[in-house]
Amino acid sequence: MRAFTYQRVSTPDEAVDAARTHPGAKFVAGGTNLLDLMKLQIETPMHLIDVNRLGLDSIESMPDGGLRIGALVRNTDLAADPRVRRDYGVLARALLAGASGQLRNRATTAGNLLQRTRCPYFYDTNQACNKRQPGSGCSALGGYSRHHAIVGGSDACIAVHPSDMAVALRVLDATVETLRPDGSSRTIPIAQFHRLPGDTPHIETALDAGELITGVTLPAPVGGVHTYRKVRDRASYAFALVSVAAIVKDDGSGRIALGGVAHKPWRDEQAEGSLAQGAAAVTPRLLAAPRPTSDNSFKVKLVERTLASILAERKS
Amino acid sequence: MRLKVNGVERVLDLDPRTSLLDALREHLRLTGSKKGCDQGQCGACTVLIDGRRTASCLTLAVMHEGDDIVTIEGLGTPLNPHPMQAAFVAYDAFQCGYCTPGQICSAVAVLAEIRSGIPSYVTADLNASSDLTPEELRERMSGNICRCGAYSNIIEAISDVAGRRV
Repeated sequence: MRAFTYQRVSTPDEAVDAARTHPGAKFVAGGTNLLDLMKLQIETPMHLIDVNRLGLDSIESMPDGGLRIGALVRNTDLAADPRVRRDYGVLARALLAGASGQLRNRATTAGNLLQRTRCPYFYDTNQACNKRQPGSGCSALGGYSRHHAIVGGSDACIAVHPSDMAVALRVLDATVETLRPDGSSRTIPIAQFHRLPGDTPHIETALDAGELITGVTLPAPVGGVHTYRKVRDRASYAFALVSVAAIVKDDGSGRIALGGVAHKPWRDEQAEGSLAQGAAAVTPRLLAAPRPTSDNSFKVKLVERTLASILAERKS
Repeated sequence: MRLKVNGVERVLDLDPRTSLLDALREHLRLTGSKKGCDQGQCGACTVLIDGRRTASCLTLAVMHEGDDIVTIEGLGTPLNPHPMQAAFVAYDAFQCGYCTPGQICSAVAVLAEIRSGIPSYVTADLNASSDLTPEELRERMSGNICRCGAYSNIIEAISDVAGRRV
């Protein structure tokens, strides 16, 4: 791990001030992904700003019936919150599908959104990776790509976003609240928070340098049957090959978002219009013009079958 | 910095890069917590921070000033073992023993998590409490890998402590 200076801050304003005055700084909260990447020198911050004591660790009920989740609410606490379990089951289920008990106890809401891909070529510093070293190429193209993207990829990158939580937030139309280095705040719809790789796969989110996530808001509950189905190579503590977050209403209409298939949580509100006609109808629209590799072309059918299984279960 | 470990406050002079695991093992000579993968996957380094299980390899010691840290050495001693330690011995829940301190710290926390109503991925009804089934325990213990494959005995030991023989 490269040497860095360490600073503990106690307010969001202090945090963004520290980031502004220390170029190359990073915020650290749970640290479960950042410290791992620092050990491998894939992340090399000069300055680490510990934001654990900012007090952004509560979940508030909003006047419109929604919830405001503090950036530092741990994944375990978010999944266990009675309001989340009752009204946003897809979020509780997605959180519980991710990582292990030890990691969920540390990992935060904001950090989960900011975690980086687990593409093995991103992690292996001997391999070319445009995300780790822009312009160096992509070893995943033509490499072992069973876990990689089937939609939204580019010639520069076919990595997938690893988060389960973010897929549920996408289906729930969450909003990310931030504080910018100049002291102003803004909100970013979750649909625009994560980016497709294009030719700049190292730019993963809409955040500016030194911008701090302060919270995530959920709109009022939408009802329906909430499901998060994660298909993976072992039954627990593994990343998704494919995951489906679904909210399905009595008439068969609803919302779906996918994990494990793209550089960001994948959702297409237009395609959802044909959900009531079944998985075989909606999948070709949801995954229009897929570009799988020879290793992961199975994912197209796997998405359809996972969705079919959710819809069949709802009927039974 | 000050680090409170097993009820005792210790004063340490650490490089900010020092993981909590390295602080415990290399600086405080508490070598019960083990370094397996050093990347949060194996669970051998599991300790309790303010009662919650944590991978001590993936957090910096300096981030835990003021926290209450309990390691396997703080749970019990050879003469006065924690019930979970005694159960692991009684059920032969290990072979080489390398993952065992992490397994035991994790298991103690799992029972506390179930008691406090935290659901898991396999909990059928999110709005009800979880049953202490082997399926629940396996899911909740998946962050602790045992290369010797003592899993079935580990589940029996935890079930015994939980008061439900399986």
